[in-house]
Amino acid sequence: MVRSAVTIQQADFDLSAEIAALREGDAQVGAVAGFVGTVRDRSDGASVSAMELEHYPGMTERAIESMITEACRRFDVRGVRVIHRVGALLPREQIVLVAVTSAHRHDAIQACEFLMDYLKTQAPFWKKESTADGARWVDARQADDAALARWGLKMDNAG
Amino acid sequence: MKVQVRYFASLREALGTQETVEVDSGTTLGALRDRLIARGGDHARCLARGRAVRSALNQTIADDSAPLHDGAEVAFFPPVTGG
Repeated sequence: MVRSAVTIQQADFDLSAEIAALREGDAQVGAVAGFVGTVRDRSDGASVSAMELEHYPGMTERAIESMITEACRRFDVRGVRVIHRVGALLPREQIVLVAVTSAHRHDAIQACEFLMDYLKTQAPFWKKESTADGARWVDARQADDAALARWGLKMDNAG
Repeated sequence: MKVQVRYFASLREALGTQETVEVDSGTTLGALRDRLIARGGDHARCLARGRAVRSALNQTIADDSAPLHDGAEVAFFPPVTGG
């Protein structure tokens, strides 16, 4: 039984505490892979002073849970933790955490990358950046669709 | 029958958070979008065919062919940009 949890929250998170909880009491874990996405202060040539993250409550959790189900089907993982923040964020703040435990490293690393590629193009979040020229919605990137396609999933987002 | 339509991100800013729309039984998601476009104005601009608009039915990504039922929750939104 894979232990997994998805949380959408405004509050920050602690990578070490999350990994410790994911490993707690599981001596079959031999590998932990973690990814943390953070807010950059530049985007497409403009200075970014703040970011607002919107999501679709309910659908977001459901979408990420189905991504975890798919990751568990593809990789031999023991635990998955996903946290995504919403609301107002400043440069250098943490946005997203994906942590995966497995017996051996390839499963953890690949599942972590798979989940991030999936989340980037299929989980209903939207970023709005504040720049000197005003606020603007971030454009989806076709490179992110291509990243998901590498896993054999053709689900266009950027269009 | 009635369906609830929700909008997010740039579409929410232009069209509002949500509305209830009366449609004929058997209406598909694509037909609902066309009906909203036919209103003209911001709906026609934001939901125009050829614009990158994604849709969901009952909180799962769905395409134009998806049949709607009474009480369905439909959402329209721009391409997602999380992570």
